[in-house]
Amino acid sequence: MRYQLIGVNHKSAPLEVRERLAIPESRLPDTCRDLTAYPGIEEGMVISTCNRVEIVTHTVNGHADLRGFLHSHFHLDPDELDPHLYEFREKDAVRHLFRVAASLDSMVVGEAQILGQVKEAYATARAVGAVRGQLDQLFSRAFAVAKRVRSETAVGSSSVSIASVAVELAKKIFGTLQGKNVFIVGAGKMSELAARHLMAHGCASIFVANRTYERAIGLAQKFNGQAIKFEDLYTTCDRADIVITSTGAPHAIFRREHGEQFLARRKNRPMFFIDIAVPRDVSQDMAKLDGIFAYDIDDLQQAVTSHVSDRRKEAERAEAIIASEVEKFEARISTLDVVPTIVSLQGHLETIRQAEIDRVRGRMGQLTPEQEIALEALTRGIINKVMHTPITTLKSAAKESEATTVVDVVKRLFNLQVKGKDAAAQPVAKKDEVGTRQ
Amino acid sequence: MSLLWLRFALACYFIGLVYAFVALTRTSDLFSRIALHAATLGMVFHFVSLTELFLSDKFVWASVHNAESLLAFLSMCFFMVIYTIYQTTSPGVVVFPIVFFLTFVAAVGEQPVLLTTLVSHKGWLIAHIILIFTGYAALVLSFGASLLYLLQERRLKSKKPTSLISFLPALEVIDQIGYRSLLLGFPFMTLGLITGSVVALTTYGKVDFLDPKILLSLLMWAVYMLMVFTRWNSGWRGRRAAILASFAFVAALAAWAANYFSAIHRFAAS
Repeated sequence: MRYQLIGVNHKSAPLEVRERLAIPESRLPDTCRDLTAYPGIEEGMVISTCNRVEIVTHTVNGHADLRGFLHSHFHLDPDELDPHLYEFREKDAVRHLFRVAASLDSMVVGEAQILGQVKEAYATARAVGAVRGQLDQLFSRAFAVAKRVRSETAVGSSSVSIASVAVELAKKIFGTLQGKNVFIVGAGKMSELAARHLMAHGCASIFVANRTYERAIGLAQKFNGQAIKFEDLYTTCDRADIVITSTGAPHAIFRREHGEQFLARRKNRPMFFIDIAVPRDVSQDMAKLDGIFAYDIDDLQQAVTSHVSDRRKEAERAEAIIASEVEKFEARISTLDVVPTIVSLQGHLETIRQAEIDRVRGRMGQLTPEQEIALEALTRGIINKVMHTPITTLKSAAKESEATTVVDVVKRLFNLQVKGKDAAAQPVAKKDEVGTRQ
Repeated sequence: MSLLWLRFALACYFIGLVYAFVALTRTSDLFSRIALHAATLGMVFHFVSLTELFLSDKFVWASVHNAESLLAFLSMCFFMVIYTIYQTTSPGVVVFPIVFFLTFVAAVGEQPVLLTTLVSHKGWLIAHIILIFTGYAALVLSFGASLLYLLQERRLKSKKPTSLISFLPALEVIDQIGYRSLLLGFPFMTLGLITGSVVALTTYGKVDFLDPKILLSLLMWAVYMLMVFTRWNSGWRGRRAAILASFAFVAALAAWAANYFSAIHRFAAS
């Protein structure tokens, strides 16, 4: 269990910091490769969504310098970044990942999107070979846990999504949504969801602009809307009362001058920008304009949290499921871990050797120091030679998925029972520590 | 007797006043219903008071207190019309205190009256007073709406979660209330000024444009027109509209205050 996790999320870091850490989808494979090439890291993957950037790794000794990786990869000043980082090891890392996948760590607890995002990140990392045996096990378990939480608790149901909060806010601005126009900038799942909600509340028509025009057409067709070429964005945008923007642009695409243009053409009728992009699409300058109401992902969260309390109970049940799953996973991993098997195998052979030497001593009486040394060297040499191949086989098997089989065979062949004694004692001590902290 | 009814009305409006202060900090459906009923009852008393006054011999059209009472009543009428259309009592936050204040000063103290003995056309004078006061009432409401607009805009911009559960109606609804009051009040105000000049012309034979009353009235009308124009032409709302509305409100107050020092439109102790 040499899992190590480092990251920032919507609770630990403001949007300004997350913006700088966000990794665009296209660069994810490269980042995964860089990660696995970093000293001390065996396997690694990156989850980058608008609310979090997480680096999950399996390390050589459980003490890889993940902070160092972040500093060098993002060229960030440690003083600036470190206060916002959280870092988890072993069991804590497992727990955190389970909570993320089960959407307990989400801005909107219980929203379903995060699981899909984690799955995508996993697929990407797997495709470049950054995820192999160890993380494979961790993630397939995390997905199963998320599924269990979803089916056994009501955390996911009647979830107050960003989309429905956006609708509420739009109503606070426009009163009724009848006849209002919606503009989607950057076709994404979340903006599509928000648009669907808005249409369900009576919005009249929809415009879609996307860098790839074909995708805009595709999405526009779904809503019976109109696709707009991205170049025409600024000339048509003022026709919309509500703009949902989620492009992957590195800088704000709506700046003050655009806002002024829109308002002039609209005779100052207010516009509502739902900015779910990270980094943000609407500049701070523009959001200050009278008549422009821009809510970014953090603002929406604030509005959402006021609704969250009623789901706290369900979240508690979900936490209990996570806790028991973490225990189970740990137990399973420690049986898979070959080190205790090797240790107990060595211990077993050592006892045999000592017993045999004692028997020889009993039969031959007092031995000279030279004889003692020769006897010691002979027996040790034989054992080491015999043991060499099984141990290397075990070690290499640990990296493959067949580890269980090999470990089982060895245990049965040598009738080993001692395994995992130390490994089991350790987590109990740690559990208390975790318990008091939470 | 009329004064007694007015004081009953005042007591009812007081509940409205309390509501106005409470509504700024919390939302209570029950309390807004109580305030609404109190205000309705107050209006009934108020109406009785005005009718009685009108039918009595002592009635003087251009008395300050009667005027204040009438203005308060007209403002309440506007408030009720808006309530019927938009089902919101929130303009009361601004209207109730003003109505309370007007009724309060009308219900106490001495009654100075305008120098109206010279006026020869009573009909024109009555038309002048009613038209102008309807215009004033609309202005009061529009001013109130622009303040509420500012408040709601601040709340939405501050992005606090509480902005979702505030007592205020949607921004665009407040905007409509303000704009419609403005549009409705403008012709009344204009016609009121025209009838006023007719009265002045027939009484004095000329209009003295340097008289403070006339100057300030024209200023108020100009600001009013500017408000309607900027709104119609470039959709001014929010901060800029509120500043203009405050100007108009101050100009209206000044025009009213001019009654104390104007040569032709002056209060005198009865």
